Amino acid sequence: MSERRIREHPILPPPEGEPTVPFYWNGRLLHARPGEMISSALFAAGIHTFGHHPRDGAPLGIFCANGQCAQCTVVANGVAVKSCMVPVAENMVVESCDRLPALPLVRDEPPIRDTRVHRVPVLVIGAGPAGLSAAAELGRRGVEVLVVDDKDRPGGKLVLQTHKFFGSIEDTMAGTRGIDIARKLAEEVEALPGTRLWLSSTAVGVFSDGRVGIVREGTYHLVEPEVLLVATGARERQVPFPGHTLPGVYGAGAFQTLLNRDLVLPCRRLFVLGGGNVGLIAAYHALQADIEVVGLAEALPRVGGYEVHAEKIRRLGVPLYLRHTVVAALGEEHVEAVTIAEVDERFRPVPGTEKTFDVDTVLVAVGLAPLDEFYRQAREFGMKVHAAGDAAEIAEASAATFGGRIAALRVARDLGLDVPDVPPEWEAKAEKLKARPGPPEPLPAPPAGLAVYPILRCTQEIPCNPCATVCTKHSIVLEGDPILGRPRFTGPECTGCAKCVAVCPGLAVTMVDARKDPDYPTVTLAFEQAAGKVEPGGLVVGVDAEGNDLGRFRVLDVKNQKRLDRTLLVKIEADRETAPRIAGIRVQTPEELAPRPAPVTEFPDEVIICRCEHVTAGEIREAIRGGIRDVNEMKAKLRVCMGACCGKNCPEHIDRLFREEGVDLEERTPPTLRPLFVEVPFGVFAGGSGEADS
Amino acid sequence: MSRAFDVIVVGAGSVGAPAAWFLSRAGLSTAVFDGAASAGRGENRAAIGGIRATHSDRAKIAVCTESIEIFSTWEERTGDPIGWYRGGYTFVAYTEEIETLLRNLVEKQRDFGLDIDWVGPDRVRDLVPGIVEEGLRGGTWSPRDGSASPLMCATSFSRQAERAGARFFFREPIRAILVAKGRVRGVRTDRGVYHAPVVVNAAGAAAREVAALAGIDVPVVPDSHEAGVTEAVDRFFEPMVVDLRAGPGSKNFYFYQNAEDQVVFCITPDPPIPGTDHRSTSVFLPQVAKRMVGLLPRLVNLKIRRVWRGLYPMTPDGSPIVGWAGEVEGLFLAVGMCGQGFMLGPGLGALIARVLTGTETGKDREVLADLAPDRAFAEAEALK
Repeated sequence: MSERRIREHPILPPPEGEPTVPFYWNGRLLHARPGEMISSALFAAGIHTFGHHPRDGAPLGIFCANGQCAQCTVVANGVAVKSCMVPVAENMVVESCDRLPALPLVRDEPPIRDTRVHRVPVLVIGAGPAGLSAAAELGRRGVEVLVVDDKDRPGGKLVLQTHKFFGSIEDTMAGTRGIDIARKLAEEVEALPGTRLWLSSTAVGVFSDGRVGIVREGTYHLVEPEVLLVATGARERQVPFPGHTLPGVYGAGAFQTLLNRDLVLPCRRLFVLGGGNVGLIAAYHALQADIEVVGLAEALPRVGGYEVHAEKIRRLGVPLYLRHTVVAALGEEHVEAVTIAEVDERFRPVPGTEKTFDVDTVLVAVGLAPLDEFYRQAREFGMKVHAAGDAAEIAEASAATFGGRIAALRVARDLGLDVPDVPPEWEAKAEKLKARPGPPEPLPAPPAGLAVYPILRCTQEIPCNPCATVCTKHSIVLEGDPILGRPRFTGPECTGCAKCVAVCPGLAVTMVDARKDPDYPTVTLAFEQAAGKVEPGGLVVGVDAEGNDLGRFRVLDVKNQKRLDRTLLVKIEADRETAPRIAGIRVQTPEELAPRPAPVTEFPDEVIICRCEHVTAGEIREAIRGGIRDVNEMKAKLRVCMGACCGKNCPEHIDRLFREEGVDLEERTPPTLRPLFVEVPFGVFAGGSGEADS
Repeated sequence: MSRAFDVIVVGAGSVGAPAAWFLSRAGLSTAVFDGAASAGRGENRAAIGGIRATHSDRAKIAVCTESIEIFSTWEERTGDPIGWYRGGYTFVAYTEEIETLLRNLVEKQRDFGLDIDWVGPDRVRDLVPGIVEEGLRGGTWSPRDGSASPLMCATSFSRQAERAGARFFFREPIRAILVAKGRVRGVRTDRGVYHAPVVVNAAGAAAREVAALAGIDVPVVPDSHEAGVTEAVDRFFEPMVVDLRAGPGSKNFYFYQNAEDQVVFCITPDPPIPGTDHRSTSVFLPQVAKRMVGLLPRLVNLKIRRVWRGLYPMTPDGSPIVGWAGEVEGLFLAVGMCGQGFMLGPGLGALIARVLTGTETGKDREVLADLAPDRAFAEAEALK
C-alpha cells in the first residue's frame, strides 16, 4: 500500500505518523498519514491523474501543489476542493473531477459572523527567508509585526531545501541546510516579544481601503497595516510545449513539495528541463530519493546555475544536454516519454536532432517570476508598501535573507522610527549575494610537495565563503572579493581535518592524503546520498569533475558524525595519479539512460497557453491577427486570464505571442489587476469555520 | 482618411457599441470615440449581465423588450457567441411588505403584456433549489428574462459595427464638442478634429463631463457598486435571484449563474457611495457573502474568483435620459442608465438609429417622452 512513500532519506527524517487514516478514491480504500494533503496521499498510492478538463477532456493532476491554481481539483465528501490544500479526513470519500463539479445542497444554517479587523504597524506577507529575516530585524527594534504564511510551517521554500546553502557564513548562515535555516530564522522570530506568526493563513487580496484579506484556518480576517511588506516569493515559469499540461509535468516547487515536505515518491524516472540552480538542485533532490534522473536539458550553451551544482549531478551520473530543449511530453493520461531536441542560436528546435526518453515525469525549471501581485496592487492603492526577496527580484535564498533585513530598515523609516539609512556596505553585500555566477575558469594545479591537501573544484565566482571560513589554519583564501572570490588553497599547512570537504555546499572539495601511503593515497569525498551506496569495504565508481568514469575504488571508511550534519565523508583509496582527479562517486550510469531516436515534432498551434481554461496558442494567435491588442478584450473573447489561477500564469505567454506576431508590447494593453489572487469560498467570507482567535 | 461622418458616438460601451452597429446598418457613416483601449472598458465590463424587460415603467419595458429580442437572436444573426442564457428572473419575498410591493407590480407589468407571474414558495424552491424555506412567501417569475456576457457583447457589438462600416477610435478621448451657431459641428481629440452634424453622448459615467463640453448640464451623478464572479460549477439554478430586503449597510442583492456556469453577484450599498472610485474595497465580500449564504446556504462551498467595482450613472428619478439636448442642435443624449445600460443598450441603439433616420415609431415617441432630458425628474422608479 505504501510503496510510494520514502521511508529512508539521507537528510530528511521520516515523517511522523503512519498511513492509518482510511479514505476512498473512486471507491477504492486507501490510507493517508494524519494531516496529509489529499494530493500527497493520492501520489503515495501512485495516483497522479485527478480528473479531466471540462472543455477538452484532457487529464489533470498536480501543477503547483501550492494552492495557486485548480488543476488538482477533486471532489471530497461532495465538495470540489483543491486537493493540495485540503488534508484527508477519516473515511473521506474522494472522487475524480471529470466535469464541472456539482455544488452540494446545504441544509444547516451556515455560520455568519462579522469579520475581524486587525490594525497592526507592520504586516509581512510570507514567512520565507525574506519575510522572516525582515520580521526579526524589525522585532529586534521593538516593532510589532504580524507575519502571515499560507503554509503550516515557517520557512517558505527553505523547508524543501535539503542541501547546504551558499552565501556568507556570518550574514546568511552559509553552509547550513535550507531546512535548518528555516528553523533558525523562525525560532529567532518566535522568540521576539512583538512578532506574531500566523501560519496556514493565506493572503487573498489587497483592497483600496488599505486592508489585506487573509484566510486563517478557514476564517476570514482583515488586516490593516501601517506598512505592508510583501515577501511572497516567486512563481515558477511555465514553458508551453505540446503535452505540458499532462499529469507528470510539474514545476520544481511542486515536485520538491511532494518529495521533501511529504516524503512521497512522485516518480521513478525523471527528466529535468532547465539548468538553473532550481533545476540542478531538484535533480539532486531526486537522486537523494533514489529517483532515476535520465537527463537535464538546458537551452543555453552552459548551465545558468552554479557550476558546482551542475558538476555535483554530473558526477552522480546525470547526463546534461546543453543547447537542448523539451519539444513535447508524450502520453495519454500521464507522461510516458519526453522528446528533446537541439536548439539553434535563436532557441528553435533543430529538426532531426530529436531524442526521446521513456520517463514518467518531466520537471520544468525554466526560471522564476516574482509573485508581486500584492505589491503592485498595494502600490496602485497608495499603500505604504515594500517588497523583499524573490517578490522584489529573483535571486538566491541567501540574498532574500539579507534583503529582508534591508527592507526592514525601509519599513521602519516609513513607520517614522529613528533608524539609520541602509548602510552602503549592506547594499553592496546584497548586490553580491544576488550576483550571477561568473564565467568558469580553469583550476590551478594541485600543490606540489604536500602529503595532504584539499582540492577546491570551484570554477567560477559565486557568493559563497564557508570553506575559507572553516579552515583552522587559514590556508584557504578567497581570491579578490571576500564573498564572491574563488577559493584557493594557499597552504602552507593542512591538517587533513576535512572540514572544508564537509562544509562545501557544492560538494566541490576533496581531500587527498598520502601521509600513510605515498603510492596509494586516500581521497575523502562528501556524499549526501543513501548510506547504503557507500559501505566500507565495498567498491564505488569514482568519476572526475566532468563525471567521466575513472574506475572502481575501495571504500575504506564512511564517517557520519553529528558535526558533519548528515553529510557523509567517504574515504576511498586510489593510485597516486588518479587520486587527485577523483571528484565524486557515481550512483547511476549515464550509458544506461541513453535516449531512443524520435520522429520530428513541430511546435503546433494546439499548445495550451491558458491551463485553466485550456486556451491554445492558435486561438490567441488568431485573436492577435484579428486585431485584438487589449488583453482585456482577449479575456472576453477567449477567457484567458479568467480562470482559477486568477490570471497569474498566462499573461507572460500572451505577451510572447504578441511579440511573435510582430506586435510591439507598447501597443498592447495588459490585463487589469483585481482581487482576489486566490479563490475563496463564500462561506469563509460569511463567517468561516469559526476559531478561537487570541 | 475622411474625417467627416454622419454621426459621432462618444463612448464604445453598453450603449455606444450597439448604437454604432444599428447606425452603420442604417447607412449612416459612424465614428465612435473612446479613451480606453477596446470596447466596453468603462462600466460595461463591470455590469453583471442581467437582462430583463420586467421593469415598472413603459419606457424601460419597451426598450428592454427590444433588447431581449436583439440579445436572444444575436448569435444566430452574426455568428458571435455572447453568452445569452434565458434563465428568467425571480424576485423573492420573505416579508409581507415586499410581497405586496411585488404583487402590485406584477399586475402592472402584466398590463404591459409582460410574461410575469406571482408564484408560491414551492415554485421558488424549484427555481432555486436549496433556498431558505423559512419565511419564504413566494416571488415573481418572469421566464423570458435572461442574461448575457457584457464582455462578449461589447466586443461583438463593436466588431460587428466595424464590419458594417463604423470607425472606432480607441485610446482617443474627445477633448471638445464643436458647436457653432447653436449647432453641433463635430468633436476634437488630441489627434485632431472630426466633423459630424450629430453627436451622440453615450459616455456612461462620464456623461456629465462630455455634455459639459457642449455647454450642457445633465443631472448624471455616478455612485459605485461592487460585484464578483465565482468558479464554474454544474448548473444548479436558472434565474437571476433578487432579494429586495435591506441588510446592514446594504439594500437589495442579486445573483445568477451565467452561460459559463459561474455565479455573478452584486449588492446595492446603503447609503449609496457617490463618486468614481473603481477600486475594490474590503467591505464588499463579507457583506455580500453573509447575505448570500443566508439566502442560499449551499453557496458556502462555492469559491469566489474575482471582484470588481463599477459605477451606476444615476439620475434624480432613477430613469435614463434619452433624447435631443434642447439647447444645442445635433446633440443626442443617451445617458444616465442608472446601472442598467447593459440591458438597455441594444434597444436604445436601435431606437437611436430610428430617430436619426427619421423612422421612429409611435412607441418610440412614448419612450422619448418618458425619458426626455427636459422632464421634471419627480417620481422614483419602484425597482431601483
